[in-house]
Amino acid sequence: MSDTPIDRIAQATPPAVARRITGLSDRSIAWLFVAPSIVLLLAVNIFPLIWTIRLSFTNFRVNRPNAEIEFIGLQNYRRILTDPDIWLTMQATAHFLIWTIVLQVLLGFSLAYLINKKFRGNDLWTTLIVLPMMLSPAVVGNFWTFLYQPQIGLFNYAVSFFTGADPSSFSMIANVNLAPWAIIIVDTWMWTPFVMLICLAGLRSIPDSIYEAAECDRASKWRQFWTITIPLVLPFLMLAVLFRGIENFKMFDLVVQLTGGGPGSVTELTSINLKREAFEKWRTGYASAYAVILFVTVFGLASIYVKALNKVKQR
Amino acid sequence: MSSYSVTEPSLRQKWFAGTLVILYAVVTILPLVWIITTGFKSPSDAIAYPPKIVFEPTLEGYVNLFTTRTRVSEETLQQLGEPKTWYERIVRKDGLVIAGPSRFGERFTNSVIIGFGSTVLCIVLGTAAAYAFSRFRVPLKDDLLFFILSTRMMPPIAVAIPIFLMFRSLGLSDTHAGMILLYTAVNLSLSVWLLKGFIDEIPIEYEEAALIDGYTRFQAFYKVVLPQAATGIASTAIFCLIFAWNEYAFAVLLTSGTAQTAPPFIPTIIGVGGQDWPAVAAGATLFLVPVMVFTILLRKHLLRGITFGAVRK
Repeated sequence: MSDTPIDRIAQATPPAVARRITGLSDRSIAWLFVAPSIVLLLAVNIFPLIWTIRLSFTNFRVNRPNAEIEFIGLQNYRRILTDPDIWLTMQATAHFLIWTIVLQVLLGFSLAYLINKKFRGNDLWTTLIVLPMMLSPAVVGNFWTFLYQPQIGLFNYAVSFFTGADPSSFSMIANVNLAPWAIIIVDTWMWTPFVMLICLAGLRSIPDSIYEAAECDRASKWRQFWTITIPLVLPFLMLAVLFRGIENFKMFDLVVQLTGGGPGSVTELTSINLKREAFEKWRTGYASAYAVILFVTVFGLASIYVKALNKVKQR
Repeated sequence: MSSYSVTEPSLRQKWFAGTLVILYAVVTILPLVWIITTGFKSPSDAIAYPPKIVFEPTLEGYVNLFTTRTRVSEETLQQLGEPKTWYERIVRKDGLVIAGPSRFGERFTNSVIIGFGSTVLCIVLGTAAAYAFSRFRVPLKDDLLFFILSTRMMPPIAVAIPIFLMFRSLGLSDTHAGMILLYTAVNLSLSVWLLKGFIDEIPIEYEEAALIDGYTRFQAFYKVVLPQAATGIASTAIFCLIFAWNEYAFAVLLTSGTAQTAPPFIPTIIGVGGQDWPAVAAGATLFLVPVMVFTILLRKHLLRGITFGAVRK
């Protein structure tokens, strides 16, 4: 037998290859690895969703398990879409969504723009600004009711300090006109850093050479901002809006703890309204139809939006 | 003189930007500072007007958080003699005695068990799925990935009705196992998407080299890919942990006693005439500070985690 290195390698290889061949094929490994996740999601997400759709055509009530379940067709859907209270809820949700997005985009982009000036210590301050975002909305929301208390609350004190208004003269949570703003303020406080981080990534992705070229062409700073910075950050900004939109459409924990939907129902967003129908009034069939409508709305709006986002990206 | 650059902001711009950002940071951090300091205030200091910035720190809030107390008559109080421990001394000042431990310890432990349990499951399932999606030709790959992501778009309340019914018939409602399974399903989309991103970044050549050297696919997976993906797996795990830790909607609907986590419990801590704010703040501090520490540790991967890997810095 010859003893060159090549021959030694050749001799060493066969058993290993044999071991590999007796192992599972790539195809079966792929399925083995993916299947558990898919099964779990089918069981905990899709199966309940199908069940919800089925329930939405019935008059089932969880608190009356012995009553006969009747299929009532589209009646639940018709009742929801003609209910004026639900339209009020939708309006409250839209108000909340639009204002939180507008404020967070303005503040978040401005902060990112300023941080991108690379002043000394910007990393430290960025980390501090980001902190509220990761905290439990329920626990933080509950504590904000303390900050919002008339007289003793820190928020009211700060407002009176700067405006001279009597701190016990207004209650952010109990006043019908102020409560929608109370939830917008806290949500903006929590989630501005999210928009800021995404914008910062966008700003940092713009190569310096583009600005240098613009400078050679004697474009003004103002012009550079509108024709370079904004268009290049736009896809990032739109992504941030998508995330915030979906999250705030689902908004539940923060607002439940802050206002509980009140006073009256001025801050009763769709999720809170739905919870009330499903788990307080126990109108299961009706609430299921409501849930289906909400899901179709989110999914539909999100898909249209993603299409628009892809168009902007391609430009 | 250093080379002139048109993109380098002037010193004046830097000062201006720095001042505004620091101002915002101070305002934004104030409510968090207020939570932490209120935990060390006495009940009367907590509701003082104007709000007290300088105060005498006390552990009363923490004692109230962990105990239940009852009022006893003057004579009984005298019969008991001197308080034996520092926390009894704090309680006695108000003419109360400690009746027993509060529920907070249990609720906090539940949060830890459910948080870590679901994180481990999420990482195991997620790493396997992410590896398969990253390396193999899975039929309908894009559709499956989108399906996994879309489960995140549903409002929790919308799926809560059938899950409530399902858990009730399976005997899973208000159990640790049920909540662990549920949170795993909720966070799986995040774990698969993030981990796929991290594994995509590992050059496939390493595994090919290992396969040629005679490793099986499994060996290549856990001896080559897993060590390379360790940082990614660790940061994904922290994200799953934080989201499970913070979850409120399912917790408040599906648990009431044995498996209740801390977020639905903390807002229910009440004292005389409403919420006992120092105790609530003490509970909130214990609950939030670990997350703040993790956020600081994770700052480099933060953006990636919260955008499901869509934005990578």
